[in-house]
Amino acid sequence: MAKAPATRTAQPPVPNRERPNEPVPYAASKDELLALYKQMLLIRRFEEKAGQLYGLGFIGGFCHLYIGQEAVAVGLQSALDGEKDSVITGYRDHGHMLAYGIDPKVIMAELTGRAAGISKGKGGSMHMFSTEKKFYGGHGIVGAQVSLGTGLAFKHKYSGDGGVAMAYFGDGAANQGQVYESFNMAELWKLPIIYVIENNQYAMGTSVNRSSSEDQLYKRGESFRIPGIQVDGMDVLACRGAAEEALAWVRAGKGPIILEMKTYRYRGHSMSDPAKYRSREEVQAVRDKSDPIDHIKKLLEEQGVQEEDLKTVEQAIRKTVNEAADFAEQTPEPDVAELYTDVLVERY
Amino acid sequence: MAIEIKMPALSPTMEEGTLAKWLIKEGDTVKSGDIMAEIETDKATMEFEAVDEGTVGKILVAEGSEGVKVGTVIATLLAEGEEAGAEPAPAATEQAAESAAPDAPKDAAPAPEGGEPHKAETGARQLFEAAKHDSDIADPALPEGTEMVRMTLREALRDAMAEEMRADDRVFVMGEEVAQYQGAYKVTQGLLDEFGERRVIDTPITEYGFAGIGTGAAMGGLKPIVEFMTFNFAMQAIDHIINSAAKTNYMSGGQMRCPIVFRGPNGAASRVGAQHSQNYGPWYAAVPGLIVIAPYDAADAKGLLKAAIRSEDPVVFLENELLYGRSFDVPKLDDYVVPIGKARTMRAGKDVTIVSYSIGVGLALEAAEKLAAEGIDAEVIDLRTLRPLDTQAVLRSVKKTNRLVVVEEGWATCSIASEISAVVMEQGFDDLDAPVLRVANEDVPLPYAANLEKLALVNADKIIAAVKKVTYR
Repeated sequence: MAKAPATRTAQPPVPNRERPNEPVPYAASKDELLALYKQMLLIRRFEEKAGQLYGLGFIGGFCHLYIGQEAVAVGLQSALDGEKDSVITGYRDHGHMLAYGIDPKVIMAELTGRAAGISKGKGGSMHMFSTEKKFYGGHGIVGAQVSLGTGLAFKHKYSGDGGVAMAYFGDGAANQGQVYESFNMAELWKLPIIYVIENNQYAMGTSVNRSSSEDQLYKRGESFRIPGIQVDGMDVLACRGAAEEALAWVRAGKGPIILEMKTYRYRGHSMSDPAKYRSREEVQAVRDKSDPIDHIKKLLEEQGVQEEDLKTVEQAIRKTVNEAADFAEQTPEPDVAELYTDVLVERY
Repeated sequence: MAIEIKMPALSPTMEEGTLAKWLIKEGDTVKSGDIMAEIETDKATMEFEAVDEGTVGKILVAEGSEGVKVGTVIATLLAEGEEAGAEPAPAATEQAAESAAPDAPKDAAPAPEGGEPHKAETGARQLFEAAKHDSDIADPALPEGTEMVRMTLREALRDAMAEEMRADDRVFVMGEEVAQYQGAYKVTQGLLDEFGERRVIDTPITEYGFAGIGTGAAMGGLKPIVEFMTFNFAMQAIDHIINSAAKTNYMSGGQMRCPIVFRGPNGAASRVGAQHSQNYGPWYAAVPGLIVIAPYDAADAKGLLKAAIRSEDPVVFLENELLYGRSFDVPKLDDYVVPIGKARTMRAGKDVTIVSYSIGVGLALEAAEKLAAEGIDAEVIDLRTLRPLDTQAVLRSVKKTNRLVVVEEGWATCSIASEISAVVMEQGFDDLDAPVLRVANEDVPLPYAANLEKLALVNADKIIAAVKKVTYR
């Protein structure tokens, strides 16, 4: 008679290494929720205004708007410690700056290329920095911020300052080689970094499916032993919850982690993109069904916040944005002598 | 007939070495692949393997002997039936063993006409030889009576890094093989032992990635030294050097600095072919926001590297592999720092100015020496820093000599030499009695064959010819 088959256990397979817990949506108090709403709305109105100023010729060059993705930067950065944690991103950077508490006036004045801009008017939309607020740019080369952000994480570890670096990049940048060079070293050296892939579905005009052999981008760290979590990037509380989980992982010294934020941008890649690669209906469906601001507004209403209070918030934000725009239009351009300053720090 | 075993050249530039240890003794039988001895070069201790089979006849150089010239017969090997103590065979050329034996099959390829086996003479060797030349003039900034120490350029660079690392905890070094291997070219030798793995960091082979990590760390407030095994590999990383490091201070309106040093060997080495033999001086010197340094001797290498590490600006520090093993006098001072952006007069003269940098300076000095014998008195200027260029030093010299030859181990097209000629035409035109001439490598990728490499590279004779042209001799 044949041998009896080996007995099988009904246990699920044990992962061969530790994994982060599945994040749970953040349980925000009413005040916290309101604060998140204000930040998201500020970004939305700020970006709409930037779009207008671009149309009027006040803003030039490349200008990439964050409309539709607000929940990502706001949800994630609300979990960071602004005293020690650093943030770095690519060229779609206005939202991350506003979410890190940088004055809308100096951002808008940078967009219009004025002396009062955060980079004295010499950087523009894609090149803005605030070392004071630990915001390290604002980088125009797709994917560069991933290696640079890994360098910031290296600094946190080297100095033992307890900080974590958060490096944002898009689904397009996720195909750049230096991303994987950085993943390798970050895990090898257990650097404190959260890699945030803002998957807004389109790398300029190329959809994720057309550009990525593995379109589940949260898995992109697997061969480096970096765990990844896929997150609803249209839900600010899901974003915040994921950030909490990621921070716990990284702060415990377990090395890097990847968050893939499923999100969507409503506008073109930049102001000069007519977005012919997707249908009007597709964009409208996202706006109608999963708008991140509508979502948080509903949550606020459920918590008993009155429509009238939300209107007051809306008015205050419009005022802030209008003031920033007026300032940015009126404040002077850089002095011509600024052409030659800041090329080098020292004199030789 | 006994086979002669000769002191081998274990690196392209090795001329002599120490016979550290014999692992065989007279009477032993050896076969191909057996390790016979350990030989110390200036870079490393290497094992020396037997190629032929036989019995060790005589050991002619005792272990522990230093300064054994390459090619010296160090032992003899007896073939079967030969007796120990037999006279060694008459000297054969080194490659004889590898070339066709006399009883080679008849269908073997015929030897080329006049095809005596010969050791090829390379162009890189000329560069290397010329780098024996010291400056005639002591650094005027040195206090009188400063004691000098003879050391290799490699040691000078290491000391510069070690001194700055002792002084500032923000300084660290990262790159391929910089730690456990002690440096691919041994420039970081000993640093791991002194500073530990927190500050001396081996990276994977991933230039783009670690250049970006270094740059990010500098933005975060550290002072990284990023070593490239050669600047040819930094092509993978040039985006971070230029787009991330060089432009950040300007783009941030002076808010975000990037104090980083990218360093490593640059320019032609010996017989390593086109992909490993390029001078990137003109590339980086074209970019505002960078400091570009290319020293010639060990004192400048040390003093300028210290200045580079201290600088708040991003620095590209171009070394030269052929110079690493060269010894020069270095001031024995606790803190010898050479200012960035200042050229140095290496030799004073009145008839013609020869400007160069890095290994070209050696050739310029060699040419000047030969020209002196013919009654032409050349002034030699070492630019030392390629950005910012010390154009005033060149213009002052041209005002005196009225003639200028610019020497560059690199291509002439869009070169530092081209830049110098443009500057002198714009600002020193009235001082010129002859057109400025550029003496540079031939306009081809660097070939491998020794004779072609020699033709492609700049040399002293080409400099002499150019000087004679501008002095109308």
